[in-house]
Amino acid sequence: MTDTRILTISNLKVEAGPNLLLDDVSIHVDRGEVLGLIGESGAGKSTLALGAIALFRSGCQPTGGSITLSGQSLLELDAAGLDTVRRTKAAYVAQSAAAAFNPFYRLEDQVTEVPAMRGHLSRAERHRMAAALFEELQLPDPENFGRRYPHQVSGGQLQRAMIAMALINQPDLIIFDEPTTALDVTTQIEVLRLIRKVTRTHNCAALYISHDLAVVSQMADRIVVMRNGRMVEQGPTRQLVDNPQTEYAQRLVANQGEGTYAAGNDNAQTLLEVSHVDVGYGALTAVKDASIALGAGSVLALVGESGSGKTTLARAIAGLQPVRTGAVRMRGETLAPLVERRTFDQRRLVQYIHQLPDLALNGRQTIREIVGRPLAFFHGIKGAAADARLRELMEAIELPADYLDRYPASLSGGQKQRICIARSLAAKPDILICDEITSALDPLVEESIIRLLTKLIEEEALSILFITHNLGLALRFSHETAVMQSGQILEYGPTRAVFETPQSDYTRRLIGAVPQLREGWLDGVSRAAG
Amino acid sequence: MWSKLTLFISIGVLVLMALGAIFAPLLAAYPPNEMVFTAFQPPGEAGLLGSDGLGRDLFSRILFGMRYTFLVTIVATSLAGAIGVTLAMIAALNKGWVDIVIGRAVDILMSVPQIIFALIILAISGVSLYTLIATMAVLQSSTYFRVTRPIAGDLATMEYVEVARLRGEGLSWYLFREILPNMIPSLLAQFGLGLSSAALFISSLSFLGIGIQPPAADLGGLVRENALALAAGRWTPLVPAMCIAAFCLSVNGVVDWLVGRYSDRPEAR
Repeated sequence: MTDTRILTISNLKVEAGPNLLLDDVSIHVDRGEVLGLIGESGAGKSTLALGAIALFRSGCQPTGGSITLSGQSLLELDAAGLDTVRRTKAAYVAQSAAAAFNPFYRLEDQVTEVPAMRGHLSRAERHRMAAALFEELQLPDPENFGRRYPHQVSGGQLQRAMIAMALINQPDLIIFDEPTTALDVTTQIEVLRLIRKVTRTHNCAALYISHDLAVVSQMADRIVVMRNGRMVEQGPTRQLVDNPQTEYAQRLVANQGEGTYAAGNDNAQTLLEVSHVDVGYGALTAVKDASIALGAGSVLALVGESGSGKTTLARAIAGLQPVRTGAVRMRGETLAPLVERRTFDQRRLVQYIHQLPDLALNGRQTIREIVGRPLAFFHGIKGAAADARLRELMEAIELPADYLDRYPASLSGGQKQRICIARSLAAKPDILICDEITSALDPLVEESIIRLLTKLIEEEALSILFITHNLGLALRFSHETAVMQSGQILEYGPTRAVFETPQSDYTRRLIGAVPQLREGWLDGVSRAAG
Repeated sequence: MWSKLTLFISIGVLVLMALGAIFAPLLAAYPPNEMVFTAFQPPGEAGLLGSDGLGRDLFSRILFGMRYTFLVTIVATSLAGAIGVTLAMIAALNKGWVDIVIGRAVDILMSVPQIIFALIILAISGVSLYTLIATMAVLQSSTYFRVTRPIAGDLATMEYVEVARLRGEGLSWYLFREILPNMIPSLLAQFGLGLSSAALFISSLSFLGIGIQPPAADLGGLVRENALALAAGRWTPLVPAMCIAAFCLSVNGVVDWLVGRYSDRPEAR
């Protein structure tokens, strides 16, 4: 038993000043086992995972408990001893491979860096090891793959190269910290499949961190649910997914459940019409011959992977990027290509909400100034009338009115996004363009924003163009869906039709790649993919 | 603790100098430009710091000299900051040819040593308080432009600026509501450095004889007037020079603290 136990963390406490980051956390992982850590941002899952190699961010201090990795008690080792353990016994796969690789060196030199440091292998031997791993990870031309620089390979390939880097040392423990979060769904599947394969063949223990319960349920043998630095629930994957005990875990599981289609309004009047639009930057044509129509009171989802042109199309509709050919019409009036040429009312009626509320809110203005500006600008509402309207808006977005005098920095990500919504509502628009507005948020927060938007469609008579890479979200929230690939609209129709009877192979692949909680889902998809 | 001490000393020195300059007519025992003593009398015999080469009271002249130095420094630095920062924000927002024209003009200004440029302009336009201030403001604005342009460029791509664009805001809203408030921490540092360098600049000009014209004298002019006394073994010419140094150091002491405090505030993060 003790022979196979790789990692034991018992009663670990980590503090950063007055904040308790981890409170009495105990986990263990055996050889050949994958332990999933799930929780929203700030839950302490990364702190715990890095704690497995006794690595704490500056300002964080372990104040209790013990960490035993491969039989060594890490908190009792000196710095040199810790270095040796980290170098030989553990490996870490980060979320963003692009940020983790040094653009200046060839991939192979970085992948084989630790063996080179230890100096017991010749360059040729190291090359053979790297090439074997590249082959195992199904990278193209494994013999020469390592000669490339990080910018010369795709995101999915880079993530696989990082897994090779982790494996090359034959560690006892690999920590996967959201390794596929930055990838598109179709790329994610490949990487997930490979991660599972190599953890089995190399017979090491693994910690798998993610905020996506469906992904974790496919990868892990056991799952630990974290929240606010505490373990909420833990258990074998199937048991936790099928029969969650705590309320929080139940909400997480319910959030992943099969969605129901939003009720559509079939005879809605066309509010916004985009016909045969081309948009480009310089020599690049990012959107080709796109035509969509948004009905009054309905939600049109624009889905696709990164680089498919969905944001470019949205920016063209908003007038931030001029269309080259084709036209954007609102209630029959053709809109000028650039927002500067549009009329006051046209600018008011189309409101754009950005992906990252941190960048979309000016940190030096209070919420009152931020939301109050469109009131004064578009409607001339100031003073006491503005105050009353601001309170209404805060109520509409379900935040307390005393937040009005705060600065954005004191709000959470979800609250900031609500403020962005309030700012758009202040203009009294007809159309909201939502550009991935929930993709930086945790799943439960995302769900609450969607509920809020659903409510606002009725109350404020809104129509929404909803850009997302999250197909599950499109399914639950939109009445119509347009699927984009390489700048073209591949498929466009009522959401139910697009999801149930997809016409193109790509749409089928995209829908199939959305992770599900179902047991054996990943194996099923892998087989289907060949 | 150490930084607090520096701050208190700096504020003390600045307040003392400011009071001296403001109340110069009350504090000066003698009119600054009148010959009340014989030349080069030592301290104690004639006034607090002795007399200069024309028999004028040096202490009174320093009090009035600080007025000139501080007035020119503060006005020129404020003007330079306003010009440089505004141009930088306009260049960052418009990009294209506006950016290029302003940028190259600033390159030209910066390619020639400022003191030489000032010599040329003042030789052509003639020396007066106004031309001095205007020349210094224009020359020093180039530094503000250089420092501000990249910061404003980053801020101009922020999405809240895009939101303002979608609304159709005017130029002054962009400049003074969206962009400027976010630059204040970096501008504070630059403004502090600017105050010291402006004080040194006007002092150098006066030392060269093309700054404040006699019989009036600023601190730099006083160093020039009394330089000969150094050869006579007097230490009094060092006093105006020390005033310049004390001013520059104290300004930096205060600015260091301000910058640290500002970047600690939660809304700045």
